[in-house]
Amino acid sequence: MALDQSFVGRSYPPTAPYEVGREKIREFAEAIGEAHPAYTDPEAAGELGHPDVIAPPTFVFAITFKAAGEVVADPKLGLDYSRVVHGDQKFAYTRPVRAGDRLTVTSTIEAVKSMAGNDILDIRGEVRDEGGEHVVTAWTKLVARAADDAAVDAAGKQGE
Amino acid sequence: MTARIAYEDVEAGTELPARSFPVTRDTLVRYAGASGDFNPIHWNERFAREVGLPDVIAHGMFTMAEAARVVTDWAGDPGALVEYGVRFTRPVVVPDDDKGAVIEVSGKVAAKLDDEARTVRVDLKVTSAGQKVLGMSRAVVRLA
Repeated sequence: MALDQSFVGRSYPPTAPYEVGREKIREFAEAIGEAHPAYTDPEAAGELGHPDVIAPPTFVFAITFKAAGEVVADPKLGLDYSRVVHGDQKFAYTRPVRAGDRLTVTSTIEAVKSMAGNDILDIRGEVRDEGGEHVVTAWTKLVARAADDAAVDAAGKQGE
Repeated sequence: MTARIAYEDVEAGTELPARSFPVTRDTLVRYAGASGDFNPIHWNERFAREVGLPDVIAHGMFTMAEAARVVTDWAGDPGALVEYGVRFTRPVVVPDDDKGAVIEVSGKVAAKLDDEARTVRVDLKVTSAGQKVLGMSRAVVRLA
């Protein structure tokens, strides 16, 4: 099913703030096996010029993907989420996410394409802090595979 | 942001220390909890097979997180990362045994981008079981 092209360029309202906690960063760092002290020790982070512990680079994905979920779930868009796999992911940082941040995400649909029966959706998530300053932008490409080869594709792609 | 590696000390072709990251089912359960991604293909073998996968697979974002460590460990400050992107090309299949899978990551400086901003592009090679699992895996890092 082709997606509704009129959605290209559409932005969604900013999400409610996500407050980044030191212990959540610690939990995430441990889960990826990270021992860099800047993730857990405010002093070590301070020596690198950061005002508090910082989060590993991909930490913010949990926040932007949740925001993207609101786009994906928009029934008017017509995306079949049961067939969606994560195609590409990119981040551009103004600064690292850090403890104490209250982050909001504004999601925009950058592109909607259909190729060989697959629906492709590019979502940009702009992450800003409480002061409205840019922190990081996340680009997420989602691919909804053609229904008849969903299983084959699931085997060849990593789902999220 | 205080990277440990100086811009002057690298050139195109400079290799980053390669790393291997083991992944077991335990790793995936921890990552699911920490990231909030509870998709059952990452912990439920029955479900994974039902949707056509050979077995449980690692979260793509877990693999992306591990690959980043080669860059941030080298640079010395994770805050030195300016850009980071990957394409998910193949799943990392994680069998239910003591060994699990291994993600192998190597990287090299592909280009010096900006003498003033002191940024370089690092290209990463990310494989598991001899097959490329991430494509177009690139980072831009601001060096000292």
